[in-house]
Amino acid sequence: MTIPGSWYLTLAAVIFTMGALGLLVRRNVLVMFMCIELMLNAVNLTLVTFSRMLGDIGGQVLVFFVLVVAAAEVVVGLGIIVSIFRRRANVTADDLHLLKG
Amino acid sequence: MSPHLLLTFAGTAKIALPKIDYSSILPELVMLGAAIISMIVSSLTPRRDLTWPYTAIGVVASLVAGEWSLHLFEVVRSQGAKATIAGAISSDGFSTFLMVVISVSVLLSLLIAQGVIFNDAAKGPEYSALILLSASGAMFMAAANDLIVVFLGLEILSISLYVLVGFRRSASESQEAAMKYFVLGGFSSAIFLYGIALTYGATGTSNISKIAQYLANNTLTSNGVLLAGMVLILVGLGFKVAAVPFHFWTPDVYQGAPTSVTGFMAGVAKAGGFAALLRIFYVSFSTLSLDWKPLIITLAVLSTIVGAVLALSQRDVKRMLAYSSINHAGFILIGLATATAYGISDSLYYLFAYSIMIVGTFGVISMVSAARGNFEGPILVSDLKGLAKQNPALGLALAIFLVAQAGAPFTTGFLAKFSVISAAVQSKEYLLAVAAMMTAVVAVYFYLRLAFAIYTDREDDEKLTVAASGGGVATEVETVKVTYRPPVVTLVGVGLAMAFTIVFGIYSSPLITFAHQAVLMH
Repeated sequence: MTIPGSWYLTLAAVIFTMGALGLLVRRNVLVMFMCIELMLNAVNLTLVTFSRMLGDIGGQVLVFFVLVVAAAEVVVGLGIIVSIFRRRANVTADDLHLLKG
Repeated sequence: MSPHLLLTFAGTAKIALPKIDYSSILPELVMLGAAIISMIVSSLTPRRDLTWPYTAIGVVASLVAGEWSLHLFEVVRSQGAKATIAGAISSDGFSTFLMVVISVSVLLSLLIAQGVIFNDAAKGPEYSALILLSASGAMFMAAANDLIVVFLGLEILSISLYVLVGFRRSASESQEAAMKYFVLGGFSSAIFLYGIALTYGATGTSNISKIAQYLANNTLTSNGVLLAGMVLILVGLGFKVAAVPFHFWTPDVYQGAPTSVTGFMAGVAKAGGFAALLRIFYVSFSTLSLDWKPLIITLAVLSTIVGAVLALSQRDVKRMLAYSSINHAGFILIGLATATAYGISDSLYYLFAYSIMIVGTFGVISMVSAARGNFEGPILVSDLKGLAKQNPALGLALAIFLVAQAGAPFTTGFLAKFSVISAAVQSKEYLLAVAAMMTAVVAVYFYLRLAFAIYTDREDDEKLTVAASGGGVATEVETVKVTYRPPVVTLVGVGLAMAFTIVFGIYSSPLITFAHQAVLMH
């Protein structure tokens, strides 16, 4: 029995929502960071599913671009986190409260 | 696709590579190349603290890129628009116009930065290299004719900007701004990308013009996926251009970032974001305009109102200008909301005028904060007091930029505001026009409040108030007599921005014609 494409799309939508909610709810910056990765990978799953459903290779090519960009983003993001970590012992979103008005 | 299929595919088919038209992506390549050359040059020189070679490389690159974009504009005018590189890049009036805007903004940013940011911890090639890289990303967004190229351009632009925002590594507020910008930037990129994926699923292509073709030829019986994709794209780009209700990162990031970076970000990042927004909605989703028009109108009205009202109560100048840039974003959205070629060209004109003004404004502000002994740091409205007496030229420059942003006649700001409002009236969007005019009046108040502060005297024995790095807590310190002399290059940058604002404000037809032609040639 084959699993219909809509199942994968639904799963991807659920993962994306989990990522988005996690980003809004969790306070640890590293976890927030992982939530962004979760959202990007949900998008990848969506792209691959559509690519398969449409019989078009384009969607799978897009996934490679997304993977590369996600890797580049990780590098910069971790760099920022490390530079904050050097100045204080922990990194949670609640500690970032200097800028308000 | 099964492994077996893949094998036969590899055995028989030859992959046809698209022909690459280097001439139409030359401006991007020049920017990218200049960034790499800067890094190579820095590794060949023994001294770490040089700045002028990298500024020189960047200035030459932006001049070449701007000149070549103008050349491309002429080519497009004589030979018509075309899509190249397998249809992923379009060389048309729209893209070349925005490339000119971005090149000019980069030129001014680099000239101004020479005298300010390098006094902080930013000596070396990184600053100009990152500016050039992010500019190339913005240019790719302007030229992209495929959603994935838009995404790549967006990420090239954003990732460089995350680093630039956190450039003052010794300052907590700069780091915090970088972190906030990074998390919300990543969030918005993911949303934008999900929008791309859904649009691809609904139409079977990610090419902007092919999406338009598909939607023109097919009537979708249930277009829920497509509409969801469109809305997610709007939300993702709404974050990037700081439209209400996706604006909440803007004040924090603008305040915490080094002032010259704020100017660059407000000019170039907005140009890139609006380039993508205008092209995707005006070209790809033109058949769906009945669906997206109400959304854009809502964003525009909210942005103009919230930006203007919240700017009133700010004490920090950079924060106030952040809210005012949200207000400007609302005005630029009005042009798109009319969904006519006239409206789009008014948006483009507004974008050009605004980018130059905002780079100049933040340039002067970073010089003022340098003169107050607080390089690239926070600056309060009260810090502007006495500026006209200390340095009349600088005070006058800042005042001119501020009244130009407020939309005073004889500046580019006036025509920019006037033309988007008249576009809204022409297409009978009276609510938009009324909201825009009301907020323009409110905006005059807070711009004039700053201008008034410049011409107010600071008492001689008054203590200089410097915001301590602990945030809102202000500590009194003895008046420091800082003798700050900005280098000639910086003054030239500010002078050019001011000349642009005034000359094209009085002699306006060339710029308006330029923007009109940019739209008609797509």
